[in-house]
Amino acid sequence: MSEKTHGVKTMRKSEKEQAAKRINYNLRIGAVITITMCVFILIGFVYTPYNPEAMDETQKLAGISWHHFLGCDNFGRDIFSRVLKGSGTTLLVATGTILIGTGAGIILGALTGYYGGWLDEILMRINDAIFAFPSILLALVFISLLGTGTVNIVIALGIAFIPSFARIVRSEFLRCKNMDYVKQAKLIGAGDLRIMFVHILPNTLPVLLSSVMIGFNNAVLAEAGMSYLGIGVQPPFASLGRMLSEAQAYLFTRPGYALSIGIFIILLVLGFGLLGEGIKELK
Amino acid sequence: MKECGRKIVILIITLLIVSFLVFLAFTVIPGDPATSMLGTQATPEKVAALREEMGLNEPFMVRYVKWIASFLQGDMGTSYSYQMPVRDMIVDKIPITLTLTIMAFVFMLVLGIPLGIYAAQHVGGKIDSVICAINQFSLAIPPFFLGILMTYVFGLLLHLFTPGGFISYEVNMGAFLRYMVFPSLAIAIPKSAMAAKLLRSSVIEQAKLDYAKTAYSKGNTTKAVLWNHVLKNAMIPVITFLGMALADMIAGSIIIEQVFGIPGIGRILLTSISNRDYPVVQAIIVCIAFIVNIVNLFVDLLYRVIDPRIRME
Repeated sequence: MSEKTHGVKTMRKSEKEQAAKRINYNLRIGAVITITMCVFILIGFVYTPYNPEAMDETQKLAGISWHHFLGCDNFGRDIFSRVLKGSGTTLLVATGTILIGTGAGIILGALTGYYGGWLDEILMRINDAIFAFPSILLALVFISLLGTGTVNIVIALGIAFIPSFARIVRSEFLRCKNMDYVKQAKLIGAGDLRIMFVHILPNTLPVLLSSVMIGFNNAVLAEAGMSYLGIGVQPPFASLGRMLSEAQAYLFTRPGYALSIGIFIILLVLGFGLLGEGIKELK
Repeated sequence: MKECGRKIVILIITLLIVSFLVFLAFTVIPGDPATSMLGTQATPEKVAALREEMGLNEPFMVRYVKWIASFLQGDMGTSYSYQMPVRDMIVDKIPITLTLTIMAFVFMLVLGIPLGIYAAQHVGGKIDSVICAINQFSLAIPPFFLGILMTYVFGLLLHLFTPGGFISYEVNMGAFLRYMVFPSLAIAIPKSAMAAKLLRSSVIEQAKLDYAKTAYSKGNTTKAVLWNHVLKNAMIPVITFLGMALADMIAGSIIIEQVFGIPGIGRILLTSISNRDYPVVQAIIVCIAFIVNIVNLFVDLLYRVIDPRIRME
């Protein structure tokens, strides 16, 4: 049968039939990419082929060779070593962002979702007002308040990510708070905090996990974007976004420089993105 | 109509909250505006005089009300570093950024919607899988890297445009629009991938519902069911996304402007952030908040036009 003949009609096929046939490629490919990248980055924390900050005058803008996998940058620094260190920085920033975002998001979402009332009304109004802002813009506001720097960018992005997590957690808590297991826990005499964080929270994990994956991706992209603009991680620390903006100046003479860094970012984000999709399919 | 009025009231409240938060945030940060305007060598008397002149000695709420009142009249304050009205700094830059955003939005619609419909029509087919794979891939490309790639391929290799050769709309409208094509594509492509993905899953979801089955059983062709019945319902979540995407695009244009060397709002915002020129940052942020919230209101009203069920409530 040609593709044209099924069209919309195939959608009516039972979904189970299709799901059983399909291998979860997203999960597999995502896991492979993510694990490979993480191994590289973890190695980068303890060992890099060259010192990522060491400049070698003789190797300025050197091409790809056995000595320098990805060549050298305009200061004669080994690009491969710098990419390893830089993605380490990006990964740390993204992790910190997610920790702040989910941490505060869970607390806010749990309180507002579980208790409701005027507290919920006020916090969610503010939350919605902030949520309307694109997170990059919000992070820019906080950066302009706090000043640039690695720690500040973690704080800025972390705060910018709170509203979306708070929203997700709140709706999950709203869904769960009247379920039987919560009522039972109340009957036994469990306190509110215990019910919230020991009983309800684990039940929100599937939803939370896939939004953490998406959030992680957004954090990586946001960090790269901010560092590209020069307001994120400051030199001499390597960061993928920063390196990309340096590489842009040599686009004509050494396109491989920008390209290799870009591909690294793409693989990092793609891996987590596919993993998130795969986890969603598992349910 | 009553509902519409309620929405506008909510919009005004939201805008007041946002402007208040922004004003509060920029007031509580350490550092004295008068000192930063005069520099560190200024005498204390001069600083005190300027503080009085700027009204910094007044209570916080009074300053907020004065600020928001003059803001509504078009006076956005004075830049610390350039000593000129913020309004004059940004007013001729707004069309540049707005053009970029609107062009990107149009490109997103033109690319994303047909792709999404096509993918939904051919679920499970080869082209559908290719579209899905490209989707996943383009979601992972940071827009600024896409911009750099485009600069390289279309600018340096194919010579379709001159990277960095921005021409203002005041000089040559045609050349300005031509220069904006690639930057706006760089913003639009990842977003259109998202729109296509969303529309595809939304169409599939809707096609399973009873009304679609009824339409089939009445003898409609697949095409007729899709175009006359399914698509209208499937567009509703997509419209929500489009509203959010437009807000994201305004933010995204800040980065893309930097990639392509476009002197728009983004550049002013960035220099003001690094100069700690708060009145400018404050004004731009509040302006963007206004635009974003008005877009959201528009999206809300659009639902009513498309979906009679919401109108009935």
